Amino acid sequence: MIKMEYYLVVSTIMMFVGIYGFVTRRNLLAMLISVELILNSVDINFVVFNRFLFPEQLEGFFFTLFAIGISAAETAVAIAIIINIYRNIRNIDAKSLREMKW
Amino acid sequence: MDYTSIFTLMRAETVLAAILVLVFLYDLIAGERGRRWFSAVTCGLLVVQAVVCLLPGGEGEAFGGMFQYHPMHGIVKAVLAMGALIVCLQANTWLRREDTRHKQGEFYILTLSTLLGMYFMIGAGNFLLFFIGLELASVPMACLVAFDKYKRHSAEAGAKYILCALFSSGLMLYGISFLYGTTGTLYFGDMAARLDGSPLQVMALVFFFSGLGFKISLVPFHLWTADAYQGAPTAVTSYLSVVSKGAAAFVLLTVLVKVFAPMVREWQTLLWIVTVLSITVANLFAIRQKDLKRFMAFSSISQAGYIMLAVIGGNALGMTSLVFYVLVYMAANLAVFGVLSVVEQHSGGKVGLEDYNGFYKTNPRLAVGMTLALFSLAGIPPFAGFFSKFFVFAAAFKGGFHVLVFIALINTVISLYYYLLIVKAMYITPSDTPIGTFRTDRYTRISLAICLAGVLLLGVVSAVYDGIDLFAFGL
Repeated sequence: MIKMEYYLVVSTIMMFVGIYGFVTRRNLLAMLISVELILNSVDINFVVFNRFLFPEQLEGFFFTLFAIGISAAETAVAIAIIINIYRNIRNIDAKSLREMKW
Repeated sequence: MDYTSIFTLMRAETVLAAILVLVFLYDLIAGERGRRWFSAVTCGLLVVQAVVCLLPGGEGEAFGGMFQYHPMHGIVKAVLAMGALIVCLQANTWLRREDTRHKQGEFYILTLSTLLGMYFMIGAGNFLLFFIGLELASVPMACLVAFDKYKRHSAEAGAKYILCALFSSGLMLYGISFLYGTTGTLYFGDMAARLDGSPLQVMALVFFFSGLGFKISLVPFHLWTADAYQGAPTAVTSYLSVVSKGAAAFVLLTVLVKVFAPMVREWQTLLWIVTVLSITVANLFAIRQKDLKRFMAFSSISQAGYIMLAVIGGNALGMTSLVFYVLVYMAANLAVFGVLSVVEQHSGGKVGLEDYNGFYKTNPRLAVGMTLALFSLAGIPPFAGFFSKFFVFAAAFKGGFHVLVFIALINTVISLYYYLLIVKAMYITPSDTPIGTFRTDRYTRISLAICLAGVLLLGVVSAVYDGIDLFAFGL
């Protein structure tokens, strides 16, 4: 069987790739995808901890289910707002969102 | 299982959910004529909500510890309902306009859903319910920030808000996942018993803190604040700055006290740094603002820093002073935003500091009201703001943070400078094109009267503080 640590390495890499992407990407959709990577790495963490460390309970699995559902709702709202930005300025580049600064 | 607890311990949530459905149906059924009373109906229902929250009831938990109730929660929930009520009163002028009239229902429903989310966040006894409540509070909030669909600023603010919210909730979940991994439970009570302060848990604490720090807009996590406050409709900005922030601050205190009690040394160090940064950085940035909504954003960040002074001691005095501070801050801040909002509506969108030059000559009553509120925010003695700041400082001092209190005191003086800048603009600086004289509508007048009564009386009538103090708990 694959050891728990390997799963955790994968989830940690996903987490930090997500953070890196969120900071460096300049397209709003790409930023959103980076955030999704962060949220999915959390889901992996919960499932792995539940499966390997506390197999007699289901708390981690339930948390993952709720986290997936809620992140889907959040993404829907975020995409709606991004579409609205596109309608207003015909562009979803983060650089064009600097009317308000300092 | 005993389902009566839904109507006893969870009565605030049940009633609020019922109100949500009622408002939704009213929006659906009432025609053009009925909608004219929409604001009055919603405000009436919110008064009922506040009264229900204040009904006396014992401590207890429901759903196997998933949901907890404490009389203190009832008080905080009532305070938040009052805040939402005042925001709804002030939003009326804006919502009655030709271009937003058809969206009235949406505004109330979204506001009430965020309120419901905050209630669940406050009452949570498990990280799952806590997380759901937090998201229920922040997702509709993003819709509210981007409410002015055809305004570029509003859309820009909405995008910045939702992306930062997603990012910070991702970080928070990452922290919670390690807390779960090291303790094997998500219940607050069980987790507190199993925490041992290992480095992994300290890291988890920092990640977790970032999620709530975002909601309270403390300094390393404050970058969205100014933009979202400036771009959002003024009513939403006032809601964000008071209700959302107050709820998150109270939750932060309860979670730190209930769950992270074994790691008190770690989170006190964390809070020490964050508090100093919040108060100082926000004060320095506030001085150079020319847009009043942006200015209030930085002012609210520094006020959040003062609220953290109440959290850092973790004692019962801290909890009382926190709730009292939020109450007083709510009265003063909503008075300022009420004036900002009504001026913006009657002058065609003027929110700049220079626009307020000569404001006293044309609208003396509003100018006096705003001055009192600003004095209270700055903490000048006869007003409530002085007493709330005093109690917060006392709580931190009792916890042994003498240097921190000293730094906060210096910052109070700096903050006095920039609050007085507005007063100076209103009374002294002359202007060739001042904001014209206008008549405020009934709703705004009622809301300003409530706020100013709060500013003047809350500090003097000690029964309020004593009443809150009866139910406080700490480490």
